[in-house]
Amino acid sequence: MRVQLFGTCLVDAFFPEVGEATVRLLRHFGVEVAYPQGQTCCGQPAFNAGYRDEAKRAAAHFLSVFTGSDPIVTPSGSCAAMVKHHYPDLLRDDPELSRAAADAAGRVYELSQFLVRVLRAHEAGFAGKGRVTYHSSCHLTRSLGVREEPLTLLASLRGAEFVPLPDATRCCGFGGMFMAKLPEISCALADEKAAAILATGAGTVTGCDSGCLMNIADALKKRGSGVRVAHLAQLLAEGL
Amino acid sequence: MSELPSSLNFRANAARAIGDEALRAAMRNAADTFGARRAAAFEAIPDLEALRERASAIRLEVLDNLPVLIEQFTASATRAGAQVHRATDAAAARELIASLLKERGVQMAAKSKSMVSEEIHLNAHLEQAGIEVVETDLGEYIIQLEHETPSHIIVPAIHKNRQQVGRLFAERLGVSYTDDPQVLTKIARRVLREKFFAAQAGISGANFAIAESGSLILFTNEGNGRMVTTVPPLHIAILSIEKILPSLRDLPTFIRLLPRSATGQAITSYVSVITGTRQPGEATGAQELHIVLLDNGRSEILAGECREMLKCIRCGACMNVCPVYRTVGGHAYGSTYPGPMGMILTTLLSGMAAAHPLVDASTLCGACVEVCPVKIPLVPLILKLRERRVREGFADLKTDLGMRLFGAAAGSPALFAWGERFSRLFWPLIRRIGGENVVGRLPPPAAKPFHAKVQSE
Repeated sequence: MRVQLFGTCLVDAFFPEVGEATVRLLRHFGVEVAYPQGQTCCGQPAFNAGYRDEAKRAAAHFLSVFTGSDPIVTPSGSCAAMVKHHYPDLLRDDPELSRAAADAAGRVYELSQFLVRVLRAHEAGFAGKGRVTYHSSCHLTRSLGVREEPLTLLASLRGAEFVPLPDATRCCGFGGMFMAKLPEISCALADEKAAAILATGAGTVTGCDSGCLMNIADALKKRGSGVRVAHLAQLLAEGL
Repeated sequence: MSELPSSLNFRANAARAIGDEALRAAMRNAADTFGARRAAAFEAIPDLEALRERASAIRLEVLDNLPVLIEQFTASATRAGAQVHRATDAAAARELIASLLKERGVQMAAKSKSMVSEEIHLNAHLEQAGIEVVETDLGEYIIQLEHETPSHIIVPAIHKNRQQVGRLFAERLGVSYTDDPQVLTKIARRVLREKFFAAQAGISGANFAIAESGSLILFTNEGNGRMVTTVPPLHIAILSIEKILPSLRDLPTFIRLLPRSATGQAITSYVSVITGTRQPGEATGAQELHIVLLDNGRSEILAGECREMLKCIRCGACMNVCPVYRTVGGHAYGSTYPGPMGMILTTLLSGMAAAHPLVDASTLCGACVEVCPVKIPLVPLILKLRERRVREGFADLKTDLGMRLFGAAAGSPALFAWGERFSRLFWPLIRRIGGENVVGRLPPPAAKPFHAKVQSE
């Protein structure tokens, strides 16, 4: 099986280790990973701020890079949701692009979704350690409907203790441009999330969206906490 | 940063609210309580999704036929003895109600809770006209004593704790301080009891109006709504045009959904169906009933791309689960209606020029969409409004410039890679310009981006 990897712009610029972990994971399960060079960003910053033309440009570019029929896998719930749910509407006026959008929407997977539903990676399980808690990011959970897959993978971590995070689905305050537009509220929400994480006593917090994890890491740092923040791809790749 | 002028300075209001520990504790406590009660109340409903679908379909049917339903309601209510008035805007509604009261020599009116009356700032107008207005819903009474506005559409004094209410009552009513909610309620009851019987008019809102029968439907818990609408000889009800339901047969769906969504109750203590005036031989009801149907921009909303906002039945569930509302409270919005439904409705009612900062007041987390009993696509509507803000030129210049650059870079891998390289090289400078609480929260860019490390197979 072959997939196309959409690394996402945040992973490309800030968290290449998440991209590398994703590649290691997929290859471990026998998947051939193609990384289409020339990929940029899914367009969410513009789309969420109301810049439809700019978002369309990003979407059209994405579709020109991710051609063919292989599944598109990405280590981000919100980017997968953007391609799946917003591209078809964004490009509805252009017949050709609209066909390409519908096609991409049909073959895009968030990483945990692909690992569980297609590769059944949880069946073999992974080595794990320590207490781990999980933040259920908004677009992954509510827009993409991926609620169980990350938990299934976490449950397959042998040697690790999973502790549920109270109000795990409450927004961490990242919200893309929201963190720049209303930083005071964003920080207050992130701090509340950090407090909830600390109360679990977990040594590691994980999730499936680098933006949220980045926001949470900053809030934990401000509280002087040593809790590790790691993308689920990293935790799983370490346990191969 | 070039901030366009707006009366709604959401960011500054929010920052102030975040520093108010008492407010934040009250909001966390109340929002979580209502959120949990709502969730528990729906556990007993076997097919919630089907119920929401039905409610949404009924509300859409109303929007599709609104002019006809308004005519039908007017005819039915008139037959039952009411007089129905149309008010195109807030000023017309205020003046109409003031003159109805003045013509009848009313000096004091008792009011039950009505958000539409808040929307048109009715109390201030009536007081200027020399008419005393007494709010009789406990929450509304508290904020009237405090000279505040409601911070929640269902729980107007949600931002206050019982100690604050105790101090307020001691100061304004000359009673000794207590923070026992039962004692405080009894004090308010004693004061308000006299007002019900002294008032020459009662003013209420309505949760729904039934086109087929001309009835007004009120969901209340404290009994004050029943007092206001039946004890004084004159009853004036003000409601916005979209509150209509076609038939009483549609009501059970909303009896099941509204109280559960609002307060987690299976049903409110009182569900009043008021059809016309007191008839010969009847023991209760006003002798004269005036119903004011307020448009105030709704016909325009109905014709636009955000019409589904008018499906709203004002349960407040969206604000109880909204992370932003829960953190800053209702007053930060600077509008009558706060939270997710409020930021949308306010922008539609007041226009982008006045309300543009409000459309940022969402992380787009979608918690509101999950709980809305009539399935309003709140997040898609917020996105539509953000697009409209850009189209109408109310986006700030910094964002405008940034987004133009983003658009160019997203379509060009070379420019995108150059942008990444630039960020890496000038990170300390970008951090300084971008500010500690924005760019300062990002880690420095990686020394080598992922696309330079990864090899395709």
